[in-house]
Amino acid sequence: MMFIRLSTFFLGVLATFFLGWAGLTLIPGIQIREIKPSSELKPYTDEQFSGRAIYIREGCIYCHSQQTRPEGFGADQLRNWGRPSVPGDYVYDKPHLLGTMRTGPDLFNIGARQPSEDWHLIHLYNPRALSPGSLMPPYPWLFKEEDEFSKEVHAAMGKKVVPVPKGFAPEGKVIIATQEALDLVAYLLSLNHTYPVE
Amino acid sequence: MNPESNPLKIDESPELSARVLSDISVSRPVLAFFAFAVAWLLIGTVFGLTASLKFNFPDWLGSFPALTFGRVRPAHLNAIMYGWVSLASAGCAIWLTVRLCQVEVRWRKLLYASVLLWNLGLLYGTISILTGNNQGLEWLEFPRGAAILIAVAFVCLSLSILRTFHARQVKHIYVSLWYIMASVVWFPLLYVIANLPFYSGVTQAAVNWWFAHNAITVWFTPIGLAAAYYFIPKVVGRPIYSYYLSLLGFWSFALFYNWNGIHHLVGGPLPTWLISVSIVASVLMFIPVITVAINHHLTTVGHFDKLRYSPTLRFVVFGAMCYTAVSFQGSIEALRSFSEISHFTHYTIGHAHLGMYAFVTMILFGAIYYTMPRLTKWEWPYPVLIKYHFWLVALGIGLYVGSMTIGGILQGLYMNDASRPFISSVEVTQPYLLARSLAGVLILIGHLIFIYLFSLMILRRGPERKAPPWQEEAEVIFP
Repeated sequence: MMFIRLSTFFLGVLATFFLGWAGLTLIPGIQIREIKPSSELKPYTDEQFSGRAIYIREGCIYCHSQQTRPEGFGADQLRNWGRPSVPGDYVYDKPHLLGTMRTGPDLFNIGARQPSEDWHLIHLYNPRALSPGSLMPPYPWLFKEEDEFSKEVHAAMGKKVVPVPKGFAPEGKVIIATQEALDLVAYLLSLNHTYPVE
Repeated sequence: MNPESNPLKIDESPELSARVLSDISVSRPVLAFFAFAVAWLLIGTVFGLTASLKFNFPDWLGSFPALTFGRVRPAHLNAIMYGWVSLASAGCAIWLTVRLCQVEVRWRKLLYASVLLWNLGLLYGTISILTGNNQGLEWLEFPRGAAILIAVAFVCLSLSILRTFHARQVKHIYVSLWYIMASVVWFPLLYVIANLPFYSGVTQAAVNWWFAHNAITVWFTPIGLAAAYYFIPKVVGRPIYSYYLSLLGFWSFALFYNWNGIHHLVGGPLPTWLISVSIVASVLMFIPVITVAINHHLTTVGHFDKLRYSPTLRFVVFGAMCYTAVSFQGSIEALRSFSEISHFTHYTIGHAHLGMYAFVTMILFGAIYYTMPRLTKWEWPYPVLIKYHFWLVALGIGLYVGSMTIGGILQGLYMNDASRPFISSVEVTQPYLLARSLAGVLILIGHLIFIYLFSLMILRRGPERKAPPWQEEAEVIFP
């Protein structure tokens, strides 16, 4: 009697768990698996993919989402953040970076909204140089400080000099973007899902 | 017989002597779990306060990659969830199992292996996050190696608990044991399935939030409830109000709570039916929550006076009340109309802390206050410091949840008002973020006091007592 009751107990425990698992992950997984990539969505280039790894490493998801909400649900459409995102927009995303927080704005279409590479580089070096009142952390380790007199030399050597506004970089220094910063910005600029979907 | 010559009171009653023997058998492993839990509590609190201060002073420590917000925040979450809460819950689950089965613990070596592997996993995982090796999934940030260590540690814990349960010497299986046995079966399954490398795109988002919410469903909440079901009747000195309510509470909990996770993706690019299912399940959570609330309240009613002197009861009742509060809040938060405002804001952060701190952590404090004297055979020194601990963290978490709730709603309203620039939704939260840091300071001081008391208990320092220090106070109230 006790044995039957206990077996029933553990059976119930497993059944409730796997019911939820099947309903929330297995069935939607099967349904979504048939979805094809959105027509104009391209796989990430090597550079964008490396930049995506920096985005993950620095924990950008804790303040930025990558999903646009439909009309009538929040102000995403009124703010021109782009059409509502669909599962087909994410087929190349592993791990997914949908995010659950908007301490900063949604980045699903940041490449369309802010296409300037220089803007992103300055903003990553010191967000408050471009967005007063921003709470975003600076990422100085994605940049190098070098002596100013060699500015032309840097350019000639193919180094990317970041035009940081006066007062936001140390006197007499120029700010050079590392490959990591360039990759990250390449990723951010690739976040452009403004193509139409059915 | 002179009671002085037989301080453990063995032979006086078979039940008591079994209890003493089972307490002795389990004291070392439980102490090990508690001691490391407390260490991770300190680490996690410092990470949390650092992350909070970064909102107030975004350039503070700005040139240290390991201390940037995006690394310290997940380090805080993981150190608290898989460190403090998990290790303390594990200690609590082992102790309750042994007590309620009235046997000595089985497979004790597995428990030592569990503590060791668990801490190695935590250390490796936390260092990985700080040095930039983050898996990129919320609640699953630890790299695979750390996840495997923790999974193996958890299986060791489960095996020892299930083996002890199998050897039980009691006919009646108390409600706390249902929650514990379910939990030690559920969590290893959940953790392993969620860490499988098959998922991508929005399917991965579904798995991610199924996992993150279910970690609360199948591990943190059941152990918190198991402890509340044990300690409230124990300290109050009367049986739980209704066995049948407990039964209804348990099975409706198991049935509905497993379906809640996808409400974290309301408004997102997932099939609408999927999100709706989770919303419905979230609202159905009213059933188990009200059931448990009635059961606990009717057990305690008429005995609220005991909160004044029993630190265990004070912490556990506070936690149990917050379980009701956080669950009601969660059910309402899942509704689309409310979620439209609260989703993507600090409101959710407040909700998370109401659950994991005001409910789970407070109950774990209560459990530690009850068990430690039985594990170390030493009474708590300085009861006044326990009161400071309680009031500092109770006020701290109240301020925390209050500021995040108001700040989050304002943030959501400003964000959803297209006539305001986005930055206004950042600026409006600043006073509340400052209040949150102040709350963090109060909580940190409370924890330092708790850690000091805990260390004295481990070292058996402080005034030597024959009885709990609040006994005299209790005798004044209940002569």
